[in-house]
Amino acid sequence: MTLLLLIEQGLNGLQLGVMLFLMAAGLTLVFGIMDMINLAHGSFYMVGAYLTATFAPVFDSFALAVLAALPLAALVGMAVEVVALRTLYRREHLDQVLATFGLILFFNELVRIVWGPQPIFLQPPSWLAGTVEIIPGVPYPAFRLAIIAVGLAVAVFLYLLITRTRTGMLIRAGASNREMLGALGVDVKRLYTLVFGLGAALAALAGAMAGPVLAVQVGMGESVLILTFVVIVIGGLGSVRGALVGALLVGMVDTLARALLPTVLRTMMPPSQADGMGASLASMTIYILMAAVLAWKPRGLFPAHA
Amino acid sequence: MNSASSRLGAFLAVGLACLASPALAQSGETKPGEIKIGMITTLSGPGSGLGNDVRDAFALAVKDLGGSLGGLKATVIEADDQQKPDVAKQLADRMVERDKVDVVTGIIWSNLALALMPSLERAEVFFLSPNAGPSQLAGKQCNPFFFGVAYQNDGQHEAMGQHMQAQGIKRAYLMAPNYPAGKDALTGVKRFFKGEVVGEVYTTVGQLDYAAELAQLRAAAPDGVYIFYPGGMGINFVKQFEQAGLKGKVPLFGPGFSFSEDSLPAIGDAALGVMNTAQWSSDLDNPQNRKFVQGFEAAYNRLPSVYAAQAYDVALLLDSAIRKTGGSLTDKNALRAALQSADFKSIRGDFKFNANHFPIQDYYLREVVKDDKGRLTNVIRSTVFEDHADPYAAECKM
Amino acid sequence: MRDHGRETLAVLIGLAFLLALPFLAEAAGKGFYVTLFTRILIFGLAAVSLDLILGYGGMVSFGHAAFVGVGAYAVGILSWHVFDGSPLMTWPVTLEGTENAFVVWPLAMLMGGLFALVIGAISLRTTGISFIMITLAFAQMLFYLAIGLRKYGGEDGIALYNKSQLVPPIDLFDRTTFYYVCLGLLVAFLAVCRRLTRSRFGMAVQGARINERRMKALGFSPYRYKLTAFVISGAGAGLSGALLANAAEFVGPAYMSWQRSGELIVMVVLGGMGTLFGPVAGAAAFLLLEEWLADLTEHWQIILGPILLFVVVFARRGLWGWVAGQGREDR
Repeated sequence: MTLLLLIEQGLNGLQLGVMLFLMAAGLTLVFGIMDMINLAHGSFYMVGAYLTATFAPVFDSFALAVLAALPLAALVGMAVEVVALRTLYRREHLDQVLATFGLILFFNELVRIVWGPQPIFLQPPSWLAGTVEIIPGVPYPAFRLAIIAVGLAVAVFLYLLITRTRTGMLIRAGASNREMLGALGVDVKRLYTLVFGLGAALAALAGAMAGPVLAVQVGMGESVLILTFVVIVIGGLGSVRGALVGALLVGMVDTLARALLPTVLRTMMPPSQADGMGASLASMTIYILMAAVLAWKPRGLFPAHA
Repeated sequence: MNSASSRLGAFLAVGLACLASPALAQSGETKPGEIKIGMITTLSGPGSGLGNDVRDAFALAVKDLGGSLGGLKATVIEADDQQKPDVAKQLADRMVERDKVDVVTGIIWSNLALALMPSLERAEVFFLSPNAGPSQLAGKQCNPFFFGVAYQNDGQHEAMGQHMQAQGIKRAYLMAPNYPAGKDALTGVKRFFKGEVVGEVYTTVGQLDYAAELAQLRAAAPDGVYIFYPGGMGINFVKQFEQAGLKGKVPLFGPGFSFSEDSLPAIGDAALGVMNTAQWSSDLDNPQNRKFVQGFEAAYNRLPSVYAAQAYDVALLLDSAIRKTGGSLTDKNALRAALQSADFKSIRGDFKFNANHFPIQDYYLREVVKDDKGRLTNVIRSTVFEDHADPYAAECKM
Repeated sequence: MRDHGRETLAVLIGLAFLLALPFLAEAAGKGFYVTLFTRILIFGLAAVSLDLILGYGGMVSFGHAAFVGVGAYAVGILSWHVFDGSPLMTWPVTLEGTENAFVVWPLAMLMGGLFALVIGAISLRTTGISFIMITLAFAQMLFYLAIGLRKYGGEDGIALYNKSQLVPPIDLFDRTTFYYVCLGLLVAFLAVCRRLTRSRFGMAVQGARINERRMKALGFSPYRYKLTAFVISGAGAGLSGALLANAAEFVGPAYMSWQRSGELIVMVVLGGMGTLFGPVAGAAAFLLLEEWLADLTEHWQIILGPILLFVVVFARRGLWGWVAGQGREDR
């Protein structure tokens, strides 16, 4: 394998990592602040992709479609919070897992009724459809660079939100001591609803950005949900910084395993055996990574409430 | 204790109600002059698009045949298998027992079809597969109560292997998910493609991102790449293939069901011009196919997929077989012989069954194009195989 | 509220109902219900085994379906070798495939327990969400492993053309016989679990859930107790897998999917955590609901989802708490 190819694979790993971070950010935010484990995060991701795909031909603009989809998804998220999930914050995580498992069934079927069972179409905006040669001789998809940009922007936005704003201060205070916040006269309920809406909007943003690269179809949320959980568990639940590190780690390890394992194994055994085994091992790498991290640091790399 | 005993009563009452529940208590008896078909297919989850097409096309065929099959009034009983083998099996048991269905069809997935066969064989109920055609059922485990009306799973791959060979492709790159069907697919290609295979890559089942594999693919610089990616994986791959700037540089080949009308709208223009192989296409020029394509579009306002076509053929086949037995469903041997003779006008044109109950049929090279309304669809470019039979038939002792 | 009399009554009524079910069903001309209830008993067994660690031990395993799958594969692989006529292995000793229930069922339990031992030994180092996720990760690994088992059908799985064999007059192809065998095994497993939970061992496991630190101070090693419970639970799930393989006449990776693990948790919570009998009621409720709703409308999941949510929010003690007036024993 040439050095150039290795660099390209590194870039691919970074890009996959950033895409995973987009999904993980909202999930870990909601967990860190409300101590809420939300399986329906994948449903908001799906709703974001579907809404964007619906608006894109209407506005004839991908960017406008995303801008329209995000507040709607946030509204859906807030409605779900007010109607169903609000009462579950103080419950065991198990109850939350179950309730949101129910929500997944509900949203999947709802989307199927509204948009039909066939996958639908979403493409990158025309100005991002081509390739850019950032490494000489290696055309790289422009839209994937856009995903990296959006992901990093979200990371910066969350950093500023949490460390520099009054809302961020309340969020931090709420995470460490809920009762105190209430005693100070802050409307905790409203704060939580807002944070949940923000989480839903982030999930929808992830869905909108993934939509042009992936199939937009019923159940698309679950296929990323597990990966996303792997990311935030490795990073340490509730920590946005941990989510970023975990996402980059998973993206990099997964990509390099897929790229290198078959080649490496081919030097050790007959090709037909190596291809199959390499593929099997590659699909298990991130789970092995997660088990290893947890066996070493049971609370993840950056536990939020250390 | 009062409320307690009433709750216990309720507990028991619910149990008994289950047995007497009117919702579940449809009369099972088939009246003379009637036929019941169990339509077990995937109606929820990511695979539901395919199940939907099968269900709709079968219903259309029954409607086109005047609400009857072979002169018997047809009742179709639908159920959702959730793409789970044990659920499919239980539904089949229920339909055989409670509803007394005469025939089962609808199953899309090979693993579900395999799970169903032992009990359907015992119950002596025929299963007419509108899609699944695993090699097991074509070879060693071939079954007197199974008819694969669509194809043996390898067929489309073999046809493309043949086409790539004929095209003079020297260095081919092959990709499939890492499961037996994926390996069978690539084996099928290699059965007819004799050039050099510069890469044979197996990816995780359900994989989302293919950037790493696409980079390796570009570096290998093959003359052509063959992919076997069904459903969502195919949509992901083809979109990313185009975005990586590989389209137009490396010719992309695939089986027909990866470029079928159910997923083409979701892939978009990235699929335009891709060559694929299938045993059916909407532009096949015969009267029954024209009627099917027009009827399907008029009824459901979308283009029929290859899955829809296969389900439509299942109904036509069944209709002809019942006609042949004179409306009798009880003599299983007679019904089997009638099905085997395949004396019907398939929308595929020529159609006959091999000894292992799998089709001997033509395979076509198709290209993805836009129709006059700007919708993506396939047109036939050439015939790759005539009267192609699968390689497993010799292993079948039936 | 503790009310043992009422619970005993509920158990007796439930048992009487299950014993009479094949007769009632055949009399009503709906023999199909015997098959459906067999499935309920099997999933009930899996749910009870999960309750042992989830309800009593507070270990939320999100990968329990993996052990069910391991048990099913034990039956499936040995049966495949009978069908294929090839030995399972030739070195160091030659082992042939078999369909003898007295061999394969205990083997399924053994394999379930063994996998649970390895997975538990690593997973139990963590708690809370991390535990949920690490058990999920291991289940996913086994899921992908099964998909890669080319010899045994991989994704396609193995169709079983023969059921396991008990002593000659007992024929598992007879659905009523198979039903009673499943019922017998479920009752036996429940009896074992009940003795366990009431024993010193059971108290230690529950104590570890409620206050791990105090248990340590009292000189108990919670880790060993929890691991033992995890292994017993894995063995129970393995047995249910063996029965599931026989009921479905099929074994495949789909049995190990994470949705399946989720459904098992649903059954336990629906029935009532830490009640042992509750999960059986939960399995019945879940499968009957699924059956009934799917019969009602193709869009049944849009109804089932909110029902689950409703149960979690409003009916915290689960069905068993409602019927028998008893939730988890310490509540």
